[in-house]
Amino acid sequence: MMNPTTTERTSERELVVTRTFNGPARIVYEAWTKPELIKQWWVPKSFGVTMISCEADVRVGGGYRFVFKHGDSEPMPFYGKYLEVTPPSRLVWTNDEGEGGQVITTLTFEEKAGKTHLVMHDLYPSKEALDAEMASGAKGGMCETCDQLDVLLVTLV
Amino acid sequence: MVQFPDSQLDASFAALSDATRRGVLEQLGRADASITDLAEKFHMTLTGMKKHVGVLEQAGFVTTEKVGRVRTCKLGPRRLEEEKAWIEGYRRRWATRFDELDLLIQALKQKEKLQ
Repeated sequence: MMNPTTTERTSERELVVTRTFNGPARIVYEAWTKPELIKQWWVPKSFGVTMISCEADVRVGGGYRFVFKHGDSEPMPFYGKYLEVTPPSRLVWTNDEGEGGQVITTLTFEEKAGKTHLVMHDLYPSKEALDAEMASGAKGGMCETCDQLDVLLVTLV
Repeated sequence: MVQFPDSQLDASFAALSDATRRGVLEQLGRADASITDLAEKFHMTLTGMKKHVGVLEQAGFVTTEKVGRVRTCKLGPRRLEEEKAWIEGYRRRWATRFDELDLLIQALKQKEKLQ
């Protein structure tokens, strides 16, 4: 049985996702910062998307660039810069590919009894930017309709 | 959980299955736009864009209003439902990803033990 994931729009500009992992913060942090590990979990097969490259220069001011491809579509890059790097408890980066401005993502890894509670906090530049993101259904160069279809399909069962 | 009746479901699938139409929704999320603006933005003929907007309007994603000679498009009444659906979809995407991450963490833990 997997641990639950929660998601909430906590304000007009903020989205928060939480999850507890069955491992120490050191390992969870590593899985978020080493490209060869990121590649192993960021795009599960069911997404129908492939990650064609993954670069991450994890230090303050360093950049990351993940490139995805969905079928015959143009490659979709997801990129930004690291603002704070505090292993194994905190990572802050920007996401710069959106047209509505920069999104700032803060990850905190809190370890307790060998498990790690992760809080992923996304701060959008404006209410309009988050609204637009929701209206488009796109996030991070992923299959835009997958989620919509996923939600719709659940209601059919 | 957001519920959609079947007919609306069909219209939604159809409307969202096209990259241009998803682009139009994204665009309208930023600002209202005329069909002419949209046609230019997406390098299409007016007729082509009218068809796309028609499909989106049918599905309730977009409403249009004609003032004088200009037809203005804006996001439709589905927006709130869409927001709920989007958040649920977003949660699912991360849950799927995190299930995968949890498996990787188990594997890394095992590897450490063996060393």
